[in-house]
Amino acid sequence: MPSVRIPTPLRRLTRDQDEVSVSAKSIGELIQELEKQFPGVKERLCDEHGNVRRFINLYVNNEDIRFLKGMETEINENDVVSIVPAIAGGNGNGNSL
Amino acid sequence: MSYVKGLKCRECGREYPKEPVHVCEFCFGPLEVSYDYDELKNVVSRELIENREHNIWRYRELLPIDKAPSLGFHVGFTPLLKANNLARTLGVREIYIKNDSVCYPTLSFKDRVVAVALSKAKEFGFKTVGCASTGNLANAVSALSSIGKLESYIFIPRDLEQAKIIGTSVYGTNLIGIQGNYDDVNRLCSEVAGRFGWGFVNINLRPYYAEGSKTFGFEIMEQLGWRVPKHIIIPMASGSLLTKIWKSIKEFERLRLVDTTETKIYGAQPKGCSPITTALKNGWEIFKPVKPSTIAKSLSIGNPADGFYAMNVIKESGGFCEDATDEEIIEGMKLLAEAEGIFTETAGGVTMAATKKLISQGVIPRDESIVVSITGNGLKTQEPLVDKVAKPHVIQASLEEFEELHSRIKS
Repeated sequence: MPSVRIPTPLRRLTRDQDEVSVSAKSIGELIQELEKQFPGVKERLCDEHGNVRRFINLYVNNEDIRFLKGMETEINENDVVSIVPAIAGGNGNGNSL
Repeated sequence: MSYVKGLKCRECGREYPKEPVHVCEFCFGPLEVSYDYDELKNVVSRELIENREHNIWRYRELLPIDKAPSLGFHVGFTPLLKANNLARTLGVREIYIKNDSVCYPTLSFKDRVVAVALSKAKEFGFKTVGCASTGNLANAVSALSSIGKLESYIFIPRDLEQAKIIGTSVYGTNLIGIQGNYDDVNRLCSEVAGRFGWGFVNINLRPYYAEGSKTFGFEIMEQLGWRVPKHIIIPMASGSLLTKIWKSIKEFERLRLVDTTETKIYGAQPKGCSPITTALKNGWEIFKPVKPSTIAKSLSIGNPADGFYAMNVIKESGGFCEDATDEEIIEGMKLLAEAEGIFTETAGGVTMAATKKLISQGVIPRDESIVVSITGNGLKTQEPLVDKVAKPHVIQASLEEFEELHSRIKS
């Protein structure tokens, strides 16, 4: 099963697990599946239209899904999906204009 | 008296009290300061502002402080000059330079944001402040924390240029060189802010800090005689300055300090780090993060935090964007120096080069008012110019040799 890395601010919802396994064939399915196992996760990841929130980055094996197929991005058995909040001010813009 | 209501998430709208926090704990969106504009309308007037000292605090009701400002009494109110030589060179009617290359005390617009952030830090009761930076921000935090008698820790990548290190450490800060890149430095600073409970100007104080950029826009409008220019060109790294200049215009319009007119906002990036301009030129809805490679190091942010919002402002205002190669950046620096006697840093070269292109492409018309935002000083980024400007003519101390040299120069 693909594994999902959970960032610290969401671990309260995953009973403190930093990595969970989820059976899914696409990112869309994966989010549904996560919600089933850990209710409340979906609204943290997606907005009211079901799109991934702008300041949440989802990576499949280090590739941002925005540059893959978004929600339709396929996932295979051994893939690692990372959920990474893009924390404003903490992502390399120390010298920013 | 304060007109600050609190903080608000730019994404989901959740509200937060005035605290040193910068990220929405629900959706991870950035927090922004919100004001009571209805109340402000009754208080703020041109006369009130005009009767105050020439520094950023003349706009204090529109800055996120609750008590009287405690430092930065010489920061801001930099010259807005009508650049007649430049107008002739570029073939335009009316062009102005907003010149923060002479901002007090560390010669960049970062003095504005840091003065606001540290005034707020003192209100919050922080005794120790810090930042993650590679240059202008480090200089400003170091100098202004000395003035404010705050202890400071400044984190930089360890392989920075000598000039930037000395321009920070001379003020007596604790300068920490990290073995890693900016991303590593920033990540560490987030952890340090949490563990030690310090105020980091561009992390947990960021919502307050970023508001300081509005004074750049307020001053442009006041100095134009309470008018808005038709076109403003602004350099972009994270995109924050551009969004805050837009906010400054919207606030002045809302408070009826200026007439509502249409200002178009243009963003400039170096070609070697142009995620925002590339996205806009290609009509993409989102930008693609890049790995920076440019001489304009103060604009080297491959994954700009406010990039999305900057794109929205540019589109909403009807402006556009342009980028500049390293060669064009240097030409831009020389153009401004030779025309107006202003030695700007590489970021200013980017802005000048973009301005020139947008005018020659006909995107910016030649008969409307234009303001070019110059945000930093060339003395801090001399390295790329070493082989690009003339070397001195070396002669003996002899009149004959000079006469001979002079005739050669004139020929």
